[in-house]
Parts: sequence; structure tokens; C-alpha cells
Amino acid sequence: MIPYSLTNLETLETESIHIMREVAAEFERPVLLFSGGKDSICMLRLAEKAFRPSKFPFPLLHIDTGHNFPELIEFRDRRAAELGAKLIVRTVDEALESGIAVQTPGENSRNLLQIPVLLAALEEFKFDCAFGGARRDEEKARAKERILSFRDAFGQWDPKNQRPELWSLYNARMNPGEHMRAFPLSNWTETDVWRYIGRENLEIPSIYFSHRRNVVRRDGQWLPVSELLPMTESDERNELNVRVRTIGDISCTGCVESDAATVDDIIEEISVARVTERGSRADDKRSEAAMEDRKKEGYF
Amino acid sequence: MTTAAPSQGTDERIELLRFTTAGSVDDGKSTLIGRLLYDSKSIFEDQMEALQRSTDLTGEGTINLANLTDGLRAEREQGITIDVAYRYFSTPKREFIIADTPGHIQYTRNMVTGASTANLAVILIDARNGVIQQTRRHAYIASLLRIPHVVVCVNKMDLVDYSEEAYQAIVNEFTTFATHMQIRDIRFIPISALEGDNVVDKSDNMPWYEGRSFLRCLETVHIANDRNLHDPRFPVQWVNRPQTDEHHDFRGFAGQIAGGAFKVGEEVIALPSGKTARIKAIHTFDGELQEAFSPMSVNLLLDHEIDISRGDMIARSDNVPYVEQTLDAMICWMHEEPMQVGRKYSLKHTTRVTRCIIKELQFRMDIDTLERDLDSKDLELNEIGRVTLMTTSPLTYDAYSRNRQTGSIIIVDEATNQTVGAGMICEPHKEIPALDE
Repeated sequence: MIPYSLTNLETLETESIHIMREVAAEFERPVLLFSGGKDSICMLRLAEKAFRPSKFPFPLLHIDTGHNFPELIEFRDRRAAELGAKLIVRTVDEALESGIAVQTPGENSRNLLQIPVLLAALEEFKFDCAFGGARRDEEKARAKERILSFRDAFGQWDPKNQRPELWSLYNARMNPGEHMRAFPLSNWTETDVWRYIGRENLEIPSIYFSHRRNVVRRDGQWLPVSELLPMTESDERNELNVRVRTIGDISCTGCVESDAATVDDIIEEISVARVTERGSRADDKRSEAAMEDRKKEGYF
Repeated sequence: MTTAAPSQGTDERIELLRFTTAGSVDDGKSTLIGRLLYDSKSIFEDQMEALQRSTDLTGEGTINLANLTDGLRAEREQGITIDVAYRYFSTPKREFIIADTPGHIQYTRNMVTGASTANLAVILIDARNGVIQQTRRHAYIASLLRIPHVVVCVNKMDLVDYSEEAYQAIVNEFTTFATHMQIRDIRFIPISALEGDNVVDKSDNMPWYEGRSFLRCLETVHIANDRNLHDPRFPVQWVNRPQTDEHHDFRGFAGQIAGGAFKVGEEVIALPSGKTARIKAIHTFDGELQEAFSPMSVNLLLDHEIDISRGDMIARSDNVPYVEQTLDAMICWMHEEPMQVGRKYSLKHTTRVTRCIIKELQFRMDIDTLERDLDSKDLELNEIGRVTLMTTSPLTYDAYSRNRQTGSIIIVDEATNQTVGAGMICEPHKEIPALDE
């Protein structure tokens, strides 16, 4: 007997597939932002479900800060090759050299520098819609963003002037030079992402699991020791069992102490976690509206 | 070959329930949602810290849970909610998405947006005030948008001494006016969001109440039949043609089933062309299926080639939707620039984008009095009315009352590209019913 009903994960999955197909059909040159992180790994599986046996009707794009966990880049390249997808990489280093991006003195993180690089890449390839893996449960500015989110010719998001989004009818109309961001994982939670990774048996970079690492305590977070993290005299190095919950620029990605060795361990761990996922991101702690400000300027 | 659901890692099938809450600042909505989030451990330490920080800044002294999701700077500065906010929580039984909509300006536009995807609407009534105009407005929108389940929480019971008489009077009043509406399933719960009575656990303060707690109700309301499982509908999104050596014969029609179920071997009809074929296979990335149902996303493969492209609808030959160019719809207008009769707009229905002209505004619904205004010349922001449209290409649709997916449209301004209207298509060739539609 068929139950004629879907589970939460199946519901989220079919809705995301629908969004991906709508974007592929309505836009001329979509692109999928792929970082090698857990959310974009789910995005690639959803793309397989939406379009196979055809090739993906879009390339993948990574905006590389150059401040990476090495494990991530290796994984990124291998996964794209396995899927036979075209991977485009544009780097902050190149942008700094060519003057597209300018580093603020005293600022160590390169997250903000991704904005001009992303906008330049969209322009270079004339991409009209970029898929991102952002979720509404991550951050409260994101909680109010549409699934299909309009950006003006400067790549800016105007939170007070968003298009109403009803049923599953997505308004893809825009003028030349404007573009959209599409967020098929909007309604997924962190737990959903991990359950999906478990259900689909998806490979993820090893740094999501517990490993030994040298870390220092800054602003209540464990930051990984690397050549990119300027050390001060008061810094005390610790070697701990840690993992990352979310991955950004290595200089601002906090690690959490963890012994989680499997996806099930991680689901168990976050089910009792008392801090949100982005609580481990120093870039979000800058101000109450840090994410809102970055998004307005064109951030993912 | 099976339609059995893949394992989710646990034995239990956890369902997803979307509900909408609407109301003003004073009716205890934030308190109720805050309590649900807090008691289900969905508020985290860093969020509490951030709330504490903003509380210290404003010097209000108490933590305002609205700050949890009123994340935009303008919202915090003005102390209002601008937009629909989506919040997420789960219990071991279900996952929940709350579409929380503000009760003040632009309430209709936001409520309609939140209601469009909801399985359930929560309507809060202050036990001291009883049914007020805003209650009627919320109920009307829930009815118009065909939200399958409505839960009426009679809140602040602590302030009326947990009186059964006070509660029963409100239940009777609501039930009386709701008989004029199209609400399939109404439940009432006496609660105190502040004190936690009947929110998560049954309250000892109201032994006379024999029903379930609010959370228990959300966990158990039957939602599997909320979707249309009778009329097989498949709007084609994308034609899947790999054109590789391995798959050179593969021609799949990719889409999400918008109603009913499809089985291999069944005769189907492509609309609007009217050509028929049989389903040869139902293909998914996870393998072939014998049967697939709404809302699954699949590829349909047919036994012979017929011309089908994006925007067409596949239905079963013995159960077809309407195919028409002139239709009536209840339109909710969502833009400052009013809807003009005689003007042309872009229109999206299922996967079809076409153009339409507004032929006639039959009436405007006054959603405070629930009376029809037959003299209105246009529809302004947040107004709802029955409109006759003509489209440049035929729509293959069902009445919204029968299928929310194949009966809904959005209207888009061709100059600004803004979504300016949302429409629920009416049953054609029928007398206008008494109140709804």
C-alpha cells in the first residue's frame, strides 16, 4: 500500500528540485555557486535529481578567498570532476592584483572581498541567475529573503522592496543587467541538511568530522592556527578534538570541540547544541545587522 | 521498482507541517511562538545572547521575542515586522515551518503570501475581547486561500479566570460566522501563552477542556490528504533530453506532480494540444517507479513522441482540467499602483508564462464587513476582488477550491517586473456563491 504522503525530507527535496528546474527553464545563463561546503554538496545532489540523465544545464562557480582549508579545495575539484560538471574558479588574489577588490587595512577576513569578485564573475560570464545554498534558518536577514531573490544592476538586495512570493510560482522577469539569486535550500534547516547527507550517503570534506587541530581562543571561539592567522603574545595554542559546523575563510571559521566521527554523531550533536551554526562565524558577530549589510552589497 | 520512501535514518516518517500565524502586537502571538520555539529548544544560546544585547540597548528590560526574527535594521528601529518571517522548529513527531505575518499595514498582502503554502492557520483571539474585526479578516483570508485546517487559540485565559463560559461564548460566536466560509476543519483551544496553559502540555487550570494541547494538535492534525490526490495533473517544467550515446532515446518530461497520481501504462493527454499517449516509464534519479503522486518530482516518458514543451500540462485522458482563455479569479492586489481594468499584465500559471488583460472587476470584497462593493472601479493595495481575465494563450487549470497548485496565478507588471497580484481561479460557468470566492 502506497502511503501517498511524503516525509519532511522528501517534501523539501521535491520542492528544491522544482525550484532548480524552474530556474533552469526560465533563465538563459544560470550558474551554481559551489564551495565544497555541506550545503552546496546537497545542492549538487539535488541538481542530479533534477536533471539526470542530462548534464547540468549550468556550470559551477567558486569564489575562492585563497584562505582555505586545503581539504576543501581538493574535495571541490574532485566532486566537480566526478559529476562531469564545468567548474569555474575566480579568486580574491587575482581580484586584489587587478584592483577589482581592495582590502580594508586591519581586516584579516576575506569574506567581504568575495562580493566584488562574485559580481565581476557574474558580469564576465553574463550569468543571469546564481544558485546559492543559503538557508533561512541560518540568520535572521536570510529568514526574510525570497527563494528567487532579485538583485539590481549593482548586485544589491533591497529587503524592503522584495517581490511577494506565493505558492510555488516564481517571478523570473527582469531587465538586462539585473540578475537573480535562487536559494533552493531556503526552507531546509541544519538538521535537514545533515539528515539528507546521511540519507543520500554523500561524501563531505573530512574537516566536518572530529579531528586533532591546533586552535586558539578568540572572542569565545576556537580559531584554527594557520599561517593566515596573525598570532599575538597572549594567544595560547591548544590541541583539541574539533570539527567545523560551517566553513568560511579559514581565518574566521570557528571550530567546535567535538568527537563526532559519523553523520549520525553530528546529527546527535546538533540536536543538543545550544549555539546556532553561524554562532561559530566571527564575520557574523561584527554587528546585529552584519549579514543584512553584506547581502545588500551583493553577498551570497 | 517501488514507490516506497527511502529510509530517513529513523523508522518514523516525520512529516512537514506549514502553518501561518497572523495577528497584532498585543494578542500574544510573539509570546505563543516564543514559547513553542523555547520549549522545543529551538532558541539557542547565541540567539538569547543577541536578544539580551538588544534588550540592554533599548532598556526595555524584558526580552522581546519578535527580535528573534525581526532581523532587518528598519524593523528593529521602527519596532515593526515588515515582511513574512519564516521560522523553523521541530519535535520528534514533526517538522514545522511557521510563516509569521504582521497584523498591521500590508497585512492582507503578507497574510495571503503566508497562507498560500500553509496547511494550517493559527488565529489568536484575546479571551477578554472575543471575536473582533481582525479575527473575521484572518478567518476570511484562511478561507479564501483554502488553508485546510484552522486552529483558533482563545488566548489570555488566565485573565478571564480560566472561565469555560467565556471560552464557550467565543467558540459559539466564531462558529456562527465561520459557517459562511469554506473552512474544512476548525479546532478551538483555550490557552494562556504567557503562563503556558495548553500550549505544550495540558493545563490543570482548565480541567473542563477535553481536547489536545496546541503543540499536540499541531503534531497530530492529519495533513496527508491536504493535497489533491484525485485529479492527475503534471505541468511540464523542462524537457529532459540528454542527447548522449548512452541515452540517445531518452526524452523525459520533467516536472512536479501537481495533483493525483500517475501510473505506468495509463493513457495521458497533453494540453492544450489534446494529443494522447501512454506512460512508458516514470524515471527518477533513484530509479524507475510504477506509480508517482503529488507532490513528487519525476520525469514522465511516453510510448510515442507527441509535441510537448514547457508550460503544457499532462493529465489523465479520463480526467481533464479546464482549457480556457477567459476566466474569473479572486485577485488580491499587492502593489501601490492599483489594478486597472483594461490594462495588460504578464501572468504566470503553473509553468506557463503568458499575458492577460483585465476585462472586468465584478466586485471588490470589503474584508472588514465581508460585503461586496459592486461600484469599485479598481483594486488598490491589499484589496481583494473578483476579476474577469482574458489570456493570450489558453490556461489549463482547475478551480482553486479543487487544486491550489493548478488553480493559482500571479500577475506581474510588464514595465516594472514587480509581482502585483495573486489570484485564485474560480469554478467556471457557475453562479457566484453566497460569500466566498
